[in-house]
Amino acid sequence: MHAFANPARFLKIARPLTPVCVGIGLLMVLLGSYVGLFLTPPDYLQGDTVRIMYIHVPAAWLGMGGWTGIAIASIVQLVWRHPLAGVAGRAIAAPGALFTAICLITGSIWGRPTWGTWWEWDGRMTSMLVLLFLYFAYMALANASDERTTVSRATAIFGIVGAVNIPIINRSVVWWNSLHQGPSITLRGSSISSEILWPLLPTVIGFSLLFGGIVLMRMRANLADAKVEARMRRMAAS
Amino acid sequence: MKAKNQRLILALLGLVAVVGAGLLAVSGLKEEASFFYAPGDVAANDLPLGKAARLGGMVADKSIRHDADGVTIHFVVEDGKAKVPVVFKGIAPDLFKENSGVVAEGEFRADGTFIASNLLAKHDERYMPPELEGKMHKSGSLTS
Repeated sequence: MHAFANPARFLKIARPLTPVCVGIGLLMVLLGSYVGLFLTPPDYLQGDTVRIMYIHVPAAWLGMGGWTGIAIASIVQLVWRHPLAGVAGRAIAAPGALFTAICLITGSIWGRPTWGTWWEWDGRMTSMLVLLFLYFAYMALANASDERTTVSRATAIFGIVGAVNIPIINRSVVWWNSLHQGPSITLRGSSISSEILWPLLPTVIGFSLLFGGIVLMRMRANLADAKVEARMRRMAAS
Repeated sequence: MKAKNQRLILALLGLVAVVGAGLLAVSGLKEEASFFYAPGDVAANDLPLGKAARLGGMVADKSIRHDADGVTIHFVVEDGKAKVPVVFKGIAPDLFKENSGVVAEGEFRADGTFIASNLLAKHDERYMPPELEGKMHKSGSLTS
């Protein structure tokens, strides 16, 4: 685990990995979106509005996956004092919040024609909105300390505490009567017809790779900033 | 004990405590956090009279009836356990139809009828192309 504790070694891998993630990610998103928008059949009930799923589902997955990543990074930071964990947590927060917002917005746009409402306070929507606010709080808390590359310990603790919302979002449509439909894709299979479902695979993988690329970029930028700052401080001292 | 292990145990204990507290709070919320009453909930408990409520379930087969005035709709919401008659005056959403999900907002009348002021269509978790409809879309359960 501490093999990557040295930022130089991490950068050596992150530098070539970034364009690979972004390039393949972009390609898969474009491919999946094209197939999803033009080649798949419309849904029997929703018609063409079903196509928003190819953005909405990856956004929901990355919003929740992002916080799961923050929680893992927080534990690694607090327990093993790994120097890159806080850098990763800080880098994940903004894209995580962005994808959570995309999920909420696309869901709202889908809800208007399907349900007849832009917004209702049901379990799924409320818990997802709470996740967005958790991201905002995490970013505010991270910026409240003097740390600019990594995050403070208080922020890391908040990252763990906030993780309690993730299973609640996942189970919200099972535990409570909700307007949002139940899970379509479960361990037992999928209730989405395979012709409509399959472009979801490239968009989910593609957006995930893009997300990873963005996180790597932000981590590298933060580490570079820290390097500049350290050099400035040395120059000012001499 | 090494400091690292101590921190690991502390972090895990903290995680367990937080998740436990969250689950406890959620189970306390069980009823309050539900978006609507199902007809079965209404039958099992007293009618929530005199306050705004939501009723959700499947629109019963061949139950939609339009009044002569053109805007009043009568239908029955069922969930396999109980049935509740509903009266709604207004414009129903496009997806409102028999054998599909609905959430009605309004109030219960003492005779057990639900007076709806707004209708939301509830979509289920099944997605399929039009030509498959009917072949697969037989069962009408609201939750899987």
